[in-house]
Amino acid sequence: MTTLTDPPKESFRLSMLIYDTRYRSLTIQVIAMIGFMVLIGWLISNTAQNLQALGKEPSFRFLSEPAGYDINQRLIEYDSQATHLRAAFVGILNTLLVAVMGCITATILGVIIGVLRLSKNWLISRLMTIYVEMFRNVPLLLWIVFIMAILIETLPAPRAFRGETPEATMNLADSVAITNRGVYVPEPLFSNSLGNIHLFGEHSLRFDISLDLIAVLAALFIGLFIRRKIKTRADAIQESTGDRPTTWYLSLGAVVIPTGAVLIALGFHLGYPELKGFNFKGGIHMRNSLIALWLALSLYTAAFIAEIVRAGILAISKGQTEAASALGLRPNRTMSLVILPQALRVIIPPLISNYLNLTKNSSLAIAVGYMDLTGTLMGVTLNQTGRELETVLMGMSIYLAISLLISMVMNWYNNSVKLVER
Amino acid sequence: MKKSVFLGALTVAGLAAGAAAAGTLDDVKARGKLNCGVTTGLVGFAAPDANGNWDGFDVGVCRAVAAAVLGDAQAVEFVPTTGKTRFTALASGEIDMLARNTTWTFSRDVDLKFEFVGVNYYDGQGFMVPKELGVSSAKELDGATVCIQTGTTTELNLADFFRANNISYEPVPIETNAEAQQQYLAGACDVYTTDASGLAATRATFEAPGDHVVLPEIISKEPLGPLVRHGDHEWGDVVRWTLNALISAEELGVTSANIAELAAGTDVPETNRLLGTEGTLGEMLGLEADWAVKAIAAGGNYGELFEKNIGEATPIALSRGLNASYKDGGLLYSPPFR
Amino acid sequence: MSDVSFVRTEMLPEQDPPASSVGVVGWMRENLFSGVWNSILTVISGVFIFYTLYGLLSWAMVPTWAAGSLNECREILHNMGREGHLAGACWGVISERWEQLMFGFYPNGSEEGTADLRWRPVLAFVLLIVALAPVLFADKVPGKLIYLSMAYPFLLPFLLWGGSIWSPIAVAAGFGVGYAAYRVIDGVAGSLAAVIGSVVAAILWWLFLASPVAGLLADIIPLGLEPVESRKFGGFMLSITIGVVAIGLSLPIGIVLALGRQSDLMIVKSLCVGFIEFIRGVPLITLLFVASTLLNIFMPPGTDFDIIMRVFIMVTLFASAYMAEVIRGGLAALPKGQYEGADSLGLNYWQAQRLIIMPQALKISIPGIVSTFIGVFKDTTLVSVIGLFDPLNLTNAIRADSNWNGIVWELYGFIAVLFFIFCFSMSRYSMYLERKLRTDHH
Repeated sequence: MTTLTDPPKESFRLSMLIYDTRYRSLTIQVIAMIGFMVLIGWLISNTAQNLQALGKEPSFRFLSEPAGYDINQRLIEYDSQATHLRAAFVGILNTLLVAVMGCITATILGVIIGVLRLSKNWLISRLMTIYVEMFRNVPLLLWIVFIMAILIETLPAPRAFRGETPEATMNLADSVAITNRGVYVPEPLFSNSLGNIHLFGEHSLRFDISLDLIAVLAALFIGLFIRRKIKTRADAIQESTGDRPTTWYLSLGAVVIPTGAVLIALGFHLGYPELKGFNFKGGIHMRNSLIALWLALSLYTAAFIAEIVRAGILAISKGQTEAASALGLRPNRTMSLVILPQALRVIIPPLISNYLNLTKNSSLAIAVGYMDLTGTLMGVTLNQTGRELETVLMGMSIYLAISLLISMVMNWYNNSVKLVER
Repeated sequence: MKKSVFLGALTVAGLAAGAAAAGTLDDVKARGKLNCGVTTGLVGFAAPDANGNWDGFDVGVCRAVAAAVLGDAQAVEFVPTTGKTRFTALASGEIDMLARNTTWTFSRDVDLKFEFVGVNYYDGQGFMVPKELGVSSAKELDGATVCIQTGTTTELNLADFFRANNISYEPVPIETNAEAQQQYLAGACDVYTTDASGLAATRATFEAPGDHVVLPEIISKEPLGPLVRHGDHEWGDVVRWTLNALISAEELGVTSANIAELAAGTDVPETNRLLGTEGTLGEMLGLEADWAVKAIAAGGNYGELFEKNIGEATPIALSRGLNASYKDGGLLYSPPFR
Repeated sequence: MSDVSFVRTEMLPEQDPPASSVGVVGWMRENLFSGVWNSILTVISGVFIFYTLYGLLSWAMVPTWAAGSLNECREILHNMGREGHLAGACWGVISERWEQLMFGFYPNGSEEGTADLRWRPVLAFVLLIVALAPVLFADKVPGKLIYLSMAYPFLLPFLLWGGSIWSPIAVAAGFGVGYAAYRVIDGVAGSLAAVIGSVVAAILWWLFLASPVAGLLADIIPLGLEPVESRKFGGFMLSITIGVVAIGLSLPIGIVLALGRQSDLMIVKSLCVGFIEFIRGVPLITLLFVASTLLNIFMPPGTDFDIIMRVFIMVTLFASAYMAEVIRGGLAALPKGQYEGADSLGLNYWQAQRLIIMPQALKISIPGIVSTFIGVFKDTTLVSVIGLFDPLNLTNAIRADSNWNGIVWELYGFIAVLFFIFCFSMSRYSMYLERKLRTDHH
């Protein structure tokens, strides 16, 4: 609609705010901004009025008061005399724990199922289709309670392990006990332990880091570093002479020896679970609620990841497979060396959003009594203190922060593997 | 175009909801329905049947209030609430009263700004264990796994009890009674702890109730009662005195069977005042003279409600115990109607 | 040098392929036993399928349909010689409660003086399919149906909630008022003023005139259905209603958000991005907590939406953010030439959106919209956490009945199967649509 006239020389008129495209966008934005401000102001004033009528004052003082309740699953030290803030912190760590575990298993399962769905074996591919449809079309919450019910109803109770002729026995040479209270597995123990580093003193957010763990990890990293050096050297030799020296025993030794030495020095041994009193004692107790949530999240998300993987693989043109066959690669080598690396670029962006979904879905923990952030801060704390506004807003911001963090990290990773195009 | 669904729905909702204006009593009368908060389902206390009709001990209190205020025991809208939503539902005016086996505590009364109008069930937190564990006292529960319902005072009592006795335990938090029962029966927890009435109710529905014992320790006082919002005293009075009318009726021997006869007039002055044939108690409350007659006729007096829903003839088989009238050595004692 | 003793001079007749590579055997060799590894897998999964089906069927095939309580079921199973926890299903609970699982507490005529009103939700959802037909199966239904589609948004609340017929009509009339204002002002003061005028007129109508007019008409001609409060909603009916309302309302909001996110206006864009990312960054359950505990605090004193209304609001906000992303995908999938073509025709922004961009973008987005709907529909089970009686929470209420105390699998199984049927058929439809809409040819 532009016409070739002289640029308008006339002075500014009010109607230009609407009719002149140079100013119109400004007008719209200012109106939008004002509208937004008014909305926020309106909400805040309503809230203030309502809270006053209820006789409540927003305050975060409850966070430093003793929580009074116990939490069974905790990654850091906590008892009922600790503060509500500490309880919330325990909840955040539990959320992150199940999210990380879920993402790892969901990815592994999803890739396997996605690849198997394309299998030439009719029965297998149909079975995988049924799996995917079954999990995608039934609500996650139903799966969580369902799996929890299966764990509770079908596994033996600890008391079944008791007596002369117990109904149930421990597995794997008496090292693993699978009960309907959870799975007890051996725990790593160090008889010459280096102790812990205490961070944050006596603050609610204090936590300990095991020096033993740091030592083992350091040894492992040194080993991996040496292994890489060996590999580089072997590559160099291969480049110059054409013969690749046999290095696998060197690599293996480089990884195993330092780690093993540190473990022996620390007096590493396994602590086995044992039936004492009402429960198994010792070992790591993976609770029912954690397992049910973890399984349900992984199985459910795996169905979605399988579809993404399948779509990713189908997106790679058939020529790639044919070229790989022409080079003499066998089908599974083709898959792992040619197809999957390329498909990965298609797969990663939707995979990120599935990780995000899984993390957010972990809030359904409440259905099985897994004490994550929703269970502690937005659950018991909310109930006991009656501070809905503060706890719910705090909980939402924490989830938001976690989500943004994950998408930032994953986007950064995505950018780093993206094809550099012209 | 689709936006109008919202507006249309709002219009309809506007008709249904109505704004919370002056006093709750006037609101309820104008609405013609009492909004009563109950649990989402607890055997004997409140549960919907196949037709969606609610029944139970707490439900009986709601119906009595509806009958007293509106003259119709069916004019109740039951709003199921969870442990988490119950207090906000009451505070925000979504419900007029809460009858959801809620413990009367200092902080709920003072800090959360509610008004407990009385106690309809004196309870205490107990423990139930399978007999085969051979436990005879809660102090022998060192290291046990304990199922508790979250969002209740029991959670705090439990922590206090084990800490005071310096023994350890593993809590398994659970949302509803049905789930707790499932876990307990499967042996996923050794002990189930909740109010003793709840334990009895749960135990009654087991296949073999005899295999389970309720331990003698009662570790807390749990006076359960209906509550209303702080500050609306007229409405608080209505609910309080409806509850007292049910209790008084039992003391005075007024039952749903003989009430029609007694409402015609008796020789007992207090019965007459209660039933509105003497004095103006109903008017003082802002209700009709025969408000208490309707409340009692709705489901019977306190004793009848108890026997019908949770008493010894029901599968739950609770004995009156503390909840007997003071005349029989219990704690129920209504202030006089005068 | 060579001593050829035999040279074939004529072609051999064609022979059938060997029996092992055709027919059932051939198919099995090809698809099930094409190698050691495959054979092992086939056998393992065959055994797995057999045991699962065997266990499931022997559990499910028991004559407990008529049982009135769990104890009766146990007795029936005991008489059949089955004992233990997983002896057999107790279908009595489904036969007694399936209507409740479907309709919740919607009036079913059991109370004195009430009628069975459950035909209303049934009719509403049948009509929903009919009303969606012009969009979903455009080539197979008469075009006149579009009028039903336009009326449907007013029909749905009327059927579900009842009340006077004039309320939805008065609300609908607001659009007529807006259109009339547009025509009148357009003649006098130009199109932009007309748009603003029509919006203002419609809003004024809704705020001040709609309800008195509806009240007046209702007094003159009292026509309507018996009102049903939203608290009576429950079961699958509640899930479907939440899903349909949320998706229906989130569509316009989502379009606006998607356009805002694509626009060049910095503030508008950042507001839209902020909203979308905020909603997508928090779990739905926290939004439901807001609905159950905070929304009434955010509203002016005295407003009292009931809990279902608040859940509608929050789920709609939730769905809008996802819808915006779906539509943004649709917009991004349009070739740039379409935008340039619209510009070159001299269309302004809204004309271009209305006539060129949106019809195409929305069409491409339909499969995405359907999957958003499936997601929201599945997520409606979360309302059980805040105490609404969706099917999942009804299981708790049913188990609180002393007859059915202790029942687990039958209820979960029944609900899972129903959800599966709903979601599976919708996802199949969306796949069919995706194939149909694919305009490029491979």
